[in-house]
Amino acid sequence: MSAIDLPYQIEPHPITGVTSGKLGIWLFLASEVMLFGSLFSSYVLLRVGSGMEFWPSGVEAGLNVPIGTFNTMVLIGSSVTMVMSWASLKMNNLGAFKRYFGTTIFLGLLFLVVKAFEYSDKFSHGVFPWVGWPEAGDPSTFYALYFTLTGLHALHVLLGILPNLWLLIFGVAMWETDRERFTGRIEIAGLYWHFVDLVWIFLFPVLYLL
Amino acid sequence: MDAAEVKEHVRGYVLIFLALAVLTVVTVAISYIDMETPAAITVAMAVALVKAGLVAAFFMHLKSERRIIHWVLVLCLAFFVFVMFLPLGTHLGIHPLWPLVN
Repeated sequence: MSAIDLPYQIEPHPITGVTSGKLGIWLFLASEVMLFGSLFSSYVLLRVGSGMEFWPSGVEAGLNVPIGTFNTMVLIGSSVTMVMSWASLKMNNLGAFKRYFGTTIFLGLLFLVVKAFEYSDKFSHGVFPWVGWPEAGDPSTFYALYFTLTGLHALHVLLGILPNLWLLIFGVAMWETDRERFTGRIEIAGLYWHFVDLVWIFLFPVLYLL
Repeated sequence: MDAAEVKEHVRGYVLIFLALAVLTVVTVAISYIDMETPAAITVAMAVALVKAGLVAAFFMHLKSERRIIHWVLVLCLAFFVFVMFLPLGTHLGIHPLWPLVN
C-alpha cells in the first residue's frame, strides 16, 4: 500500500464489515433520498394545497404515457444490464462485462434522448416550467414540478453515464492490475445507477399516471 | 460473494427484470381503470414500492448487505417519512413543528 492509498478499499473494515467505498456510496445515496424526498414533499404540499379537482393528471396535462412507459422499460433494462456487468466481472468474464456495461451506457443515453424529445415537444407547444399547458386550464404548478423533478433526474442519469464511460474506456485498464478493486468500483457505480432507476420508478406514476 | 454464488444469482436477475417489466405494465393498466384519486394514488404507490423493493433487495444486494448499511437506510427512511408527512400534517392542521414556532 502506497502512502496515499485510502484504507479498506478491497478488504472490509473490521468494525463496519464493508469497504470504505461501499459505506461512502450508501451515505451519499441516503443524502440523495433526502434531496428527492424534499421535492416529493413539495409535490405533495402543492397538490394537496391546490385541491384535487384543480390538479391535472399527466394525460390531462399533455404527457405521453406510452413514451413514459417506454422510458421506464429502458431504465429497468439498464439496471439489469448493470448488475449483469458486475456479475460478469465476478465470473472473470471481461468480454461479457464490456457488452453489458456498454449496453447500460447506451440505454442511459437512449433514456436522455427520449426525454429530450419529450421536452422539445413541450417547448414547441409553448410549455415551459413557468407556463402551463394551454388546453388544460392552468397546470403551471404541475409543469414547474414536472420539469424540476425530471430535470434533476435527467441530470443524475447524465452524471451516471459520464463516470461509466470513463470506467469502460480508461478505468477498465485496472482489470489487469487490480481485479478486486475494479470490480468494487463497478459495484459502486452500479449502486448509484440502480438508485437513479429507483427514483424513476416513483417519478413515472406520480407525474404520468396520477 | 464468490463466482459460484454470483452464477446462481444471474438467473434471479433476469426473473427480477421480467417482474419489474410486468409490474410496469400493471401500473399503466391500472391507471386506465376509473378510480377515485386517493385510491389510484394508493394502488400506484403500492406497486411502485414493490418494484423499488425488488431493485433494492436484489440489484442493490440489500438482501444480503451488512447491518450498518441497513441502519443508515433506516435512519434515512425515518427522516424521509417525516418529510413526506410534513405537508399532509400542514394540510390537516396538525403541523408537527407548531410547538416550536408558536
